[in-house]
Amino acid sequence: MTQAMTTNPQRKPMHDRTRSAWLALTLAAFTATAGVVPAQTPDAKPAQSPAHAAAPSEPWAKIPIPPLHAFKPQQPHRVELANGLIIFLQEDHELPFINGSVLIRGGSRDEPAAKAGMVSLYGSTWRTSGSAATNGDTLDTQLAAKAAHIETGGGSANTSLGWSSLKGDFDSVFASAMDLLMHPAFKADKLQLARRRMEAAIARRNDEAQGIAVREAIKQVYGPTSPYARQAEYATVEAVTLDDLQAWHDRTVVPNNMMVSISGDFDSAAMEAKLRAVFEPLPRGTKIETAQLDYPGPKHGVNFVDKSDVNQSTVFIVGLGTEQSNPDYYALSVMNEIFSGGFGSRVFQYVRTKLGLAYEVGGEFSAAYDHPGIFYGAVVTKSASTVPATQAVLEEIGRLKTNPPTPAEMKRAKDDQLNSFIFNYDTPEKTLSQQVVLAFYGYPSDFLEKYKDGIEKVTAADVTRVANKYIDVSKLATVVVGNKAEIQPPLSTLGPVTNLDITIPPPPGKPAAGPPAGR
Amino acid sequence: MAAASRAQDIASFEKRITVKVLPNGLTLIVYERPEAPVFSFYTLVNAGSVNDPQGQSGLAHMFEHIAFKGTDQIGTTNYPAEKIALAKVETAYAAYDAEFRKRIGQDPAKLASLKKGFEDAEAEAQKFVIPNQFAELAEKNGAVGLNASTAEDSTQYFFSMPSNRFELWAYMESSRIGHPVAREFYKERDVVQEERRMRIDSDPEGRLEEQFLATAFVAHHYGTSGVGWESEISQVSATEADAFHKKYYVPANIVIAVVGDLKASEAMPILTKYFGPIAAGPKPEPMTTIEPPQFAERSVVVHDPTQPFYMEGYHRPDYRDPDDSVYDAIADVLSNGRTGRLYRSLVRDQRIAQTVQGGSGEPGVKFPNLFEFSGRPLPGHTNDEIAAAIHKELDKLKNEDVTDEELAAFKTRNRVDTLRGLADNEGLANQLAQYQTLFGDWRQLFRELDQADKVTKADIRRVANKIFVESNRTSARIEFAAPPTQGAASSGGAQ
Repeated sequence: MTQAMTTNPQRKPMHDRTRSAWLALTLAAFTATAGVVPAQTPDAKPAQSPAHAAAPSEPWAKIPIPPLHAFKPQQPHRVELANGLIIFLQEDHELPFINGSVLIRGGSRDEPAAKAGMVSLYGSTWRTSGSAATNGDTLDTQLAAKAAHIETGGGSANTSLGWSSLKGDFDSVFASAMDLLMHPAFKADKLQLARRRMEAAIARRNDEAQGIAVREAIKQVYGPTSPYARQAEYATVEAVTLDDLQAWHDRTVVPNNMMVSISGDFDSAAMEAKLRAVFEPLPRGTKIETAQLDYPGPKHGVNFVDKSDVNQSTVFIVGLGTEQSNPDYYALSVMNEIFSGGFGSRVFQYVRTKLGLAYEVGGEFSAAYDHPGIFYGAVVTKSASTVPATQAVLEEIGRLKTNPPTPAEMKRAKDDQLNSFIFNYDTPEKTLSQQVVLAFYGYPSDFLEKYKDGIEKVTAADVTRVANKYIDVSKLATVVVGNKAEIQPPLSTLGPVTNLDITIPPPPGKPAAGPPAGR
Repeated sequence: MAAASRAQDIASFEKRITVKVLPNGLTLIVYERPEAPVFSFYTLVNAGSVNDPQGQSGLAHMFEHIAFKGTDQIGTTNYPAEKIALAKVETAYAAYDAEFRKRIGQDPAKLASLKKGFEDAEAEAQKFVIPNQFAELAEKNGAVGLNASTAEDSTQYFFSMPSNRFELWAYMESSRIGHPVAREFYKERDVVQEERRMRIDSDPEGRLEEQFLATAFVAHHYGTSGVGWESEISQVSATEADAFHKKYYVPANIVIAVVGDLKASEAMPILTKYFGPIAAGPKPEPMTTIEPPQFAERSVVVHDPTQPFYMEGYHRPDYRDPDDSVYDAIADVLSNGRTGRLYRSLVRDQRIAQTVQGGSGEPGVKFPNLFEFSGRPLPGHTNDEIAAAIHKELDKLKNEDVTDEELAAFKTRNRVDTLRGLADNEGLANQLAQYQTLFGDWRQLFRELDQADKVTKADIRRVANKIFVESNRTSARIEFAAPPTQGAASSGGAQ
């Protein structure tokens, strides 16, 4: 529970139901997804320090960098059944484990607004209820004896069932997992348990400043009622019934709506036979189609949440991002690297290192797979420097348009990405999960290879062009969560301020506000 | 690829691992794992926040940040000149600081002038700085996961790189361990204060935990804020950071593990070439302070505009205790997932908690520490109910044997989860460096499994009866208090 302190902030995952709209404040560089191969990395020359090429001595420049050992990542074996089910098998014999996962199309973005939270409740109730033959509590005990796991979950675009065991226990654990997949028995007491825990999360959602800031920033970008931004409330959680869970299951768990992936210490031919025996008899159903939405983007302005128990402000400046299928994705990725990718990036160098205004500062023009991601710049700073720190981040956003990348910046941005490219596929599990994700969203399997080529071709002019095409400060909203009494100069320095009401709507039939739900 | 490379026990590890202690005392571990042309390292310095000197809390963590500021070769345009400029910064800061700390007779005009002198000296030194060159050099060469962390017990540095950058990395790492330069120190001190505001001041559970530890430990440094008390972290100096480095970053106090696409026969000479020349120094003397036995229950109650939260801790011996595995067994029986007794009782059956957990090693393991529990009440339930329900489970542990199934599941899980942790370079490097540091031998990673296998039901009852007693307990809780209503009629944020 004690949190170690770090130089490079790694956020604990922020509570957010959308995968792509994950507003991480991390300084970690942009990471691509999907997997392929270079025989060796691009640059054979040692890195120079571009900004200071004239520095008297760079002893490291003499250190040899030999060609990278030839490496061909092992691609998973793909099988498509006649009923539309897609299977990926990835052998990895280093350790005696087998891990599996079923990805099922349809997630919280596809649930009815009046039942927001339903898919999350489904994800937890499914497993804790168990199957008709084995209830969830018994399953817990059985698996614990084998140090094995079977878990279910609900996300924004999909639900999932995953399992993991020693290979010697595979057959029994796989049988239990398939029993749970085919014959779930949703139970009232387990739905109630999940509901009560979700109510606690609702009651606690205004306790942490950064949680509030992320949530409100996402609402600004997509609109408060968007499937990517809306919140589960007491009323919507209460509206979910056992029948809803069963109906959701029946609708989504059909072979042409699912992908099965397995990795570990097994023989692919034998495993394929086992999977065929289980899945081939299933009849096709209807593939889940996600509704097309409009994305008008945020309303320009400063939005504020007052929190009296903090001495620091959390600031987000947000707008719409893009999709990975956008041909400008490569140039935008290089722009990201220049803007906020790592210690050498503009915001890190300026806001943290030069001004000392923040421990956490970052941003990204993020790209989701099938809807626009989020563009954000963010900073967490002491109350007194709220305005200057916000202005500093805004300045850096503006400079993306006015100050083209220098050759040194271009080299840094490309070297960062290309030299670390190997980490996209340095384990069989990474290669597998990339292929699954690409297939899930209908991207070509050589997407990563193309991504690498795309990055190599990006020019400084491309970066400036996309910065001017996609960044419009008049379409960005600012969200600040901080302690009003300490913020000086006031936020109004930045423009007219809208106070956001984050009051939690009370449960149906209960009085509003007042003491916490815990009383 | 990697068809038959099984890494599952001491024997198979022995074949892939090489350990070498350099003449200067530095311990190096190379583990060959040629699955992909990459490697990870883990540099573990056997000194952490617990070693912060009196009046300088937060210094170990501050130094960790400084270790990213470069060296006498990286991050500077002219080190000889910079060195002189940095010495002037320290002289100017010391003069300012002496006036600043005066309790009687502080002269505001003199203070202002000394402050200006200090800032001018800083600006002069800044002229030689190439900001973030160290981290940039690593990132341009493909480093990922570039980071470090400061815990109570130790400070660790880690990242991964393509394996053809191994020698470059050895140069960089040896340079910052042996010859770091505390440049831009006072701006980084501001950054670290922001980190304190984020982790402690502005986080309700962070605030509570700091108070909790300060209450549970009256003598040992485990009770002192690791990120530093505001007054102290805002006044530490680069001179003090240098002294900390000199005392604690001696080779004999450091273990470095590298794991990945490396051959020991090639890697060891490179490591020796770069890390060998670092000057030896005396191993820091062991700490004298031992937390005295607690003889009365202590408690902390914080009233905050936040939902309730409860935690409590019981003192236990350090990791070398013969019962160390018994504590692991207790943590497993009480708190492992949905089969843990605490979940089953408080979450599943009584429906009073949203979450509950327990385990030992707070805030560290090297010295006597705490077996800690925490829980978040569900709406409509209270901290008192959580406390009572935890105590009921502890009484049960003291008065009745755990079941055969529970004990067997602990032993199986312990073995299997250890194996699961060996699947990647980063995790392996971390484990090897930790075990080598704590036990002087990485093999303890596996031997510990045999110790866990020997734990009996009677051991669990005996240890539970020994530590889970009221007089050995410290509790801390957040109780909800409405926020102060400031100017209800005002228009909010826009002043």
